[in-house]
Amino acid sequence: MRRLFPVLLVLCMALFAYAPFLILNAPYESTMGLVQKIFYFHVSTAITMFVSAFTCGIASAIFLFGRRPAADRVGFAAAELTVLLGLVVLISGPLWARKAWGLWWQWDARLTSTLVMWLVFQAYLLLRRFGGPGSEKLAAAVGLFGAALVPFVYWSVNMWRTVHPTTNVVPTLDASMRGPFLWCVAAFLCLYVLLLAARTELEKRRARLDELYLALED
Amino acid sequence: MTFLSTATLVARKDLLVEARSREVIYTSLLFAISCMLVFAFGLVKEGRVIADAAGAILWITIAFAGTLALSRIFDRERQNETLRALLLAPTPRAAIYVGKFAGVLGLLLLVEGIVVPLVVLMFDAQLFRHTGWMLGLLLAGSAGYAAVGTLFAAMLARSRSRGALLPVLLYPITVPVIIGGVRGTAALLQPEADLVLARAWLMMLIAFDAVFITLSLWTFEPAMTE
Amino acid sequence: MTSPVSKTKRMRVLRATFVAVLLLILPAIAHRQPPAQEGFVPVDQLPGAEQMPAAPLVAAAYAVAWAAVLLYLFSIWKRLGTVERELADVAKRIEAGSRR
Repeated sequence: MRRLFPVLLVLCMALFAYAPFLILNAPYESTMGLVQKIFYFHVSTAITMFVSAFTCGIASAIFLFGRRPAADRVGFAAAELTVLLGLVVLISGPLWARKAWGLWWQWDARLTSTLVMWLVFQAYLLLRRFGGPGSEKLAAAVGLFGAALVPFVYWSVNMWRTVHPTTNVVPTLDASMRGPFLWCVAAFLCLYVLLLAARTELEKRRARLDELYLALED
Repeated sequence: MTFLSTATLVARKDLLVEARSREVIYTSLLFAISCMLVFAFGLVKEGRVIADAAGAILWITIAFAGTLALSRIFDRERQNETLRALLLAPTPRAAIYVGKFAGVLGLLLLVEGIVVPLVVLMFDAQLFRHTGWMLGLLLAGSAGYAAVGTLFAAMLARSRSRGALLPVLLYPITVPVIIGGVRGTAALLQPEADLVLARAWLMMLIAFDAVFITLSLWTFEPAMTE
Repeated sequence: MTSPVSKTKRMRVLRATFVAVLLLILPAIAHRQPPAQEGFVPVDQLPGAEQMPAAPLVAAAYAVAWAAVLLYLFSIWKRLGTVERELADVAKRIEAGSRR
């Protein structure tokens, strides 16, 4: 990872530097017009957020059943990033919805499941912060359950009501819009890997610091 | 000692303690009734409950009373340090979980045994036109709620600020149970009960139970190890 | 007669298979969904919303995304700095302790 980091950093910066040109040059969507431009960042962050949630779930499972402290650090980092990306998704979504639906919020499948995920991972962070000693295992269980929860929440709210553009928006996207969109997804995934690596590194140093403090006490 | 006998002993102990003190039952019941009272102010219009609200009142009351019961049951264990002793015993952890789960589910069903008829009486909800379906929804929903609740309440029993953390953890994770229960009940409460829809929700609840009971059984052991 | 070690190992394999199967089945279940209970028509042609300018909304969305990422980067950088400083401090103290 250490050798890969600068390469990814350059790649990520290049991807993000070129993204605005692609987004600006992409055609106007006929019914929504300019506001559709939010889509490029909104959907990319949403995809990255779900990737992050599953990363946290898998890392938590590895920590719980394999007892690897490194997995716990990755899980913690992924949970924090899930909350961050979720915040971006939950703010950029309503900004688009205000124009497209005339409402800031709709209780629809994707909005609700994103909100539930966001709450679960907030709970994860809350536990890490206020749970006291031994809370990392409990937090790992929350991460694991949070990831397993996605299909259920999604299915349930979908049964309940749906207004959000359905999944077939992405595959049927006009070719001239698909390019910029995939570009943005790649940029965000790249950024995600970088942030995850940086955050995990921070947690690693913290663990090392704790070890040193313990050594000092002896 | 076999798996089943351990689980039965753990569950029996919880129910016996409860049968003697009746603390959890009394407090959760009174709490459930106060909940219904509070809902009535928001959801009753011109003397009648608004459409679909009865199911929501029922399930939210169950969820709230369930949280109270869960935290009380595990507080009791904590006060007497019995959970620790139980975990030190050379029995499979999963058996302890199953016992606790059965105890919590039993208490929850007892509370529902009184709350459900009360909702029927006070909000004029025809819950028992399709008794089998309604009982199925109640049982499957409570099982899912108790499964997740037992795991998290047990793990939180040792941590700080557990009173505040339990609802924060439990409600987002049991969202499917609440949606399934509320919508399934609403489907049964329609003038022409929509049994197809009710069955879809019941199936979802059963799938939720299967996945989350398995995950809890699987997580309980590594999570409860010091 | 199997040894307890191989038994636990087999249990672990069983559990892993079970979870793998679950993970495979779940998306399949999620996709096989009956039609939504209430049809909800998207309101994309609200008269009020038509006149609303889209540019500030788009700008706000992009600004939020960038602000969140940059603030997060800044917070990681600051936290790393604090940890680094503490690490150096503790290392010095350990060194001083061993010299004494």
